[in-house]
Amino acid sequence: MSILKIDGVSKSYANHTALDHVSFDIPAGCIFGLLGPNGAGKTSLIRIITQITGADSGEIYFKGERLRPSHIKDIGYLPEERGLYKKMKVGEQLLYLAQLKGLSKADATSRIKAWVDRFEIREWLGKNIEDLSKGMQQKVQFIATVLHEPSLIILDEPFSGFDPINANLIKDEILQLRERGATIIFSTHRMESVEELCDNIALINQAKKVLDGPVKEIKDTYKTDTFQVIGNGSLMVLSPDFEVLEQHENHGVLRASIRLTNGSTPNDLLRYLIDRIEVHSFVELVPSINDIFIRKVTETHHA
Amino acid sequence: MHKIWLIIQREYLTRVRKKSFLIMTFLTPLLLAAFMIIPGLLISMSDENETVMVLDESGLFQGKLENKKDLTLVFVSGTLEQAKEIYKATDNTALLYIPKLTIDNPAGIKIFSKKNTSLQTKIRLENMLEKEVENQRLVASGIDREMLKGMKADISVASISLSDEGEKDNDAIVTSGAGLAGAFIIYFFIFLYGVQIMRGVIEEKTSRIVEVMISSVKPFQLMMGKIIGIAGVGLTQFLLWVILSSVVVTGVQAAFGVQATSPAQQMAQGQIAATGEEVNGEETEEEASKANSSDEIASLINAAGNLNFPLIIGCFLFYFLGGYLLYGSLFGAIGSAVDNETDTQQFMFPITIPLVISFIMSYSMVLKNPDGPVAFWMSMIPLTSPIVMMVRVPFGVPAWELLLSMALLVLGFIFTTWIAARIYRVGILMYGKKVNYKELSKWLFYRV
Repeated sequence: MSILKIDGVSKSYANHTALDHVSFDIPAGCIFGLLGPNGAGKTSLIRIITQITGADSGEIYFKGERLRPSHIKDIGYLPEERGLYKKMKVGEQLLYLAQLKGLSKADATSRIKAWVDRFEIREWLGKNIEDLSKGMQQKVQFIATVLHEPSLIILDEPFSGFDPINANLIKDEILQLRERGATIIFSTHRMESVEELCDNIALINQAKKVLDGPVKEIKDTYKTDTFQVIGNGSLMVLSPDFEVLEQHENHGVLRASIRLTNGSTPNDLLRYLIDRIEVHSFVELVPSINDIFIRKVTETHHA
Repeated sequence: MHKIWLIIQREYLTRVRKKSFLIMTFLTPLLLAAFMIIPGLLISMSDENETVMVLDESGLFQGKLENKKDLTLVFVSGTLEQAKEIYKATDNTALLYIPKLTIDNPAGIKIFSKKNTSLQTKIRLENMLEKEVENQRLVASGIDREMLKGMKADISVASISLSDEGEKDNDAIVTSGAGLAGAFIIYFFIFLYGVQIMRGVIEEKTSRIVEVMISSVKPFQLMMGKIIGIAGVGLTQFLLWVILSSVVVTGVQAAFGVQATSPAQQMAQGQIAATGEEVNGEETEEEASKANSSDEIASLINAAGNLNFPLIIGCFLFYFLGGYLLYGSLFGAIGSAVDNETDTQQFMFPITIPLVISFIMSYSMVLKNPDGPVAFWMSMIPLTSPIVMMVRVPFGVPAWELLLSMALLVLGFIFTTWIAARIYRVGILMYGKKVNYKELSKWLFYRV
């Protein structure tokens, strides 16, 4: 069941097209990567989902219903450009933003308490935002994004601005949110940063969707049955079942990339290698999302 | 509606709790009190007796000039050089030197002093000498001064307005004072708080909170919440000023024994001073005119009491809010269109102009002819009516004109709010773009 169905959405501004008939589904309960280079149209799409702007054409369905203002309370959004009222106290600000999302004052207060205890930032509540460091502000903003327990959370470039420790903290929180059934959309141009987290992705380039689906399926589609071998010894001749793409030896250490051909399996290759060299490492070379993206983009350009 | 209420609350509370708001609110009445006390103190401080030495070589003034209660004249004889030496040895204020002269050509009079002579002393001496010369000229031409006095006339015209409700004392000074005061407060309020709206929008834009906000509320709600919240701040401040000022003024009057004067009376006195009683040294006439002016003040107060206060206050509140809402949304739109305050100049100009013009015209044209065509049209156009109509109301405006003007103002602010909202929704998400009028007009028709 998809939580969000994007159906033929187009959006153009005065002199450029931001989105050109983009369609894809976002399954409920997954971490979804909305990937693409800068200026591809990610933020335009997010602004349509969060009802900041409207689409020129096309429809968006949230939990099967056409997107409407009452869905706002079920969506949390962390924009790429973070910002809070600088001269407002952390506690008041969280309360205000939660109430604007439709939470009652009592509910909001108790949830704020739970979150600040979790992040161990209780003593910040009475401080003005401008007195906090940038990383601290980001934490506060993250809390503000998820405080109303939305079933869809949209995070635009979530890790920019976090140090590695806080980035991990946020990563853990995101995984926990998914455990609790929330759907998370990541939008980023740094594809490698979210690859490990995402269950599904959609790639957008120049206003058009290039590719979408579960990460594993996409990778399976694009993998080339190539393995990297590291070991001692040297490979002289190979059978017709395998093709050595490249190999080089350095201080007796052999590195080689070998592709399976004629329907041979990884085990066939491994058996073949064990007889000839001392295998230290045997890894399938899976294309990164970045590689796939580049391939896909150059393909579409050439097509 | 619930969300807009939350926004109003935030905008109101964050501003009212600011230190600057508290300082402004409490300091202004104190400053007002200071303005009341300090001139009085200064006058009483400079109220010491002055002694002026007079060397009269003409002999025309010897024994003719009278001492005043704070100005003593000491006649000396001898040469100018001797007199100067004597003067230097004393702490007298000045040395007045009258050379040999005739009443037909009283020239060459000089004042010597160690410090610069105050203008006040100089004018008083001049007046005394002038009066004496005039006296002697009158005597020379055979006219008695007392006789002349008996021929002078002093006329004060009481103006009474005839209306269906009967005759009423009315006075142009009170009427225009009431109108101008109301108009000025409206003018001041629109500027002070309009700019606050603009700053608030710019702040939301530069702190980038705006994207979070409008993923929760509509841009229109955010804009109106801010405008209404700030209006609340302004009204609170205004109300506190009125209350605190009257407390402070009463306190000052009690403490310093100043004659209890109502604001209307003070205003009337101010007006008299502004219209300018001729300053003359003839104390007897001065006193006469003082007595006269206190009569006038009494009639002014009477006239003030005859103003239709419920109507004036009602109109004031209406034009106060109407004008603020009309301009406030425009200020909000400007804030949304720029990235920082320095870029606001080009857009501020067209908003400032109608306000300034209506204030200047109120003073120069509308007061003189409150029912003339300029007054009529300017009190109909929504951009100028809050100020111009406020000036006209105390003079009495036909009901249909008032209602038409109010209706136009309501339409006006609905229209400017509509325009502002359309600019605002585009502007708040637009960064790093230098915007011009052409661009703004395109925004009106954007689909967002």
